[in-house]
Amino acid sequence: MSGAVTVAAEVLRPRSLAEALDWLAEAARTGRQLMPLAGGTDVFVGLHFGTLGGTPPGGSEPERRFLDLWGLAELRPITEADDGALRLGALATYTDCIRSPLVGRRLPILAAASKEVGGVQIQNRGTIGGNIANASPAGDAIPVLMAAEAEVVLASVAGERAVPLADYYTGYRASVRRPDELIVAVRTPVPAGRQVFRKVGTRAAQAISKVVLAAVGHRVALGSVAPVVMRARKVEAYLAAGGRDLAEAQRLLLEEIRPIDDVRSTAAYRRRVAANLLAEVLRPA
Amino acid sequence: MKLLFHVNGHERSVDVPPMRRLLDTLREDLGLTGTKEGCGEGECGACTVLIDGQAVNSCLVPTCQAAGHEVTTIEGLAPSDPLHRLQQAFLECGGAQCGICTPGMIMAACALPERPTIEVVRQGLAGNLCRCTGYTKIYDAVLAALGSR
Repeated sequence: MSGAVTVAAEVLRPRSLAEALDWLAEAARTGRQLMPLAGGTDVFVGLHFGTLGGTPPGGSEPERRFLDLWGLAELRPITEADDGALRLGALATYTDCIRSPLVGRRLPILAAASKEVGGVQIQNRGTIGGNIANASPAGDAIPVLMAAEAEVVLASVAGERAVPLADYYTGYRASVRRPDELIVAVRTPVPAGRQVFRKVGTRAAQAISKVVLAAVGHRVALGSVAPVVMRARKVEAYLAAGGRDLAEAQRLLLEEIRPIDDVRSTAAYRRRVAANLLAEVLRPA
Repeated sequence: MKLLFHVNGHERSVDVPPMRRLLDTLREDLGLTGTKEGCGEGECGACTVLIDGQAVNSCLVPTCQAAGHEVTTIEGLAPSDPLHRLQQAFLECGGAQCGICTPGMIMAACALPERPTIEVVRQGLAGNLCRCTGYTKIYDAVLAALGSR
């Protein structure tokens, strides 16, 4: 037990996305730290353990600053674009994904993954944008969205740009997002092919994955087996070319993944389980 | 920061740092100590309260995000006798032992639909840990209170 936790922090509460982007631009221009805050499920754990990134170097600033996005209803909706693309607002919660008929129809493995994130309390507050921004190599929604060829929509005062999620991370907990940019949505094209989601953890609820795999057609993404969530490009190329030999696919996968030993599992176990999960992807429909 | 919200049906105003955990605001500023702190990191569910009817871990919610919303704590279920039907069922079914998980367990159960299946109860309470009961009597209590299918 930790007792009362007093967090000295300034919180900016924008009334619109435009205002939020103005403040991010100003922070970037002046070099001041300003961390976007959504449902708080990762931020408060980071504060609790003292592992939250983003503190300014040299301790020139006595307080942290947060940009509280939670009230921005415009970032919440899950919609279908004219071209059939699924657009998840950055503030869509796991509960929103579980309940969305659109997600159920188009990307049911996102609903399945959302049900295995934390418990109901976390699902009610954790957001898709937050999961991507937190950049955990074990983030459960990330492999699903990566296998679905999602793009991250980044907005700034200069406009929007879309970055393929597969190119979004540049290293452990590092991304291409500039300090003046905000994740406003995630977009996936019409998913083609069979969808598979498997999370292996200590239990179904409240567990961080030891290995997580998602597949949409021949596209395969894995979490907890490398410093970032990754697509198994060699396996994908093999499957796309019509390859159906499980042993060969597993051999290729084990060339690609780089799991480590940590508190949750071992590298050897992760390699074995990741290879086993591929059987589900190759299973005849 | 002055923040205004509803707690158990009453308008409450607090002057607290915006990132103060809702848990601390409830317990220390409003004296509502029925909400317990377990892990302080969203793993155990002991601090579960409802915001606009949705179960949340109050150790992970900044007080500023509760502003303008309706918060329900264990104290709000039965301000006077008789007990809420979930409290009564926990009492009768042996759903509470040491008691530290009980307020959070009951608040999570409050967010369940009427006449849930056992699977719905298990999933709805999966974010709440109990180290005494083995859960069976908790599920029995919830099903007794909400009606089983």
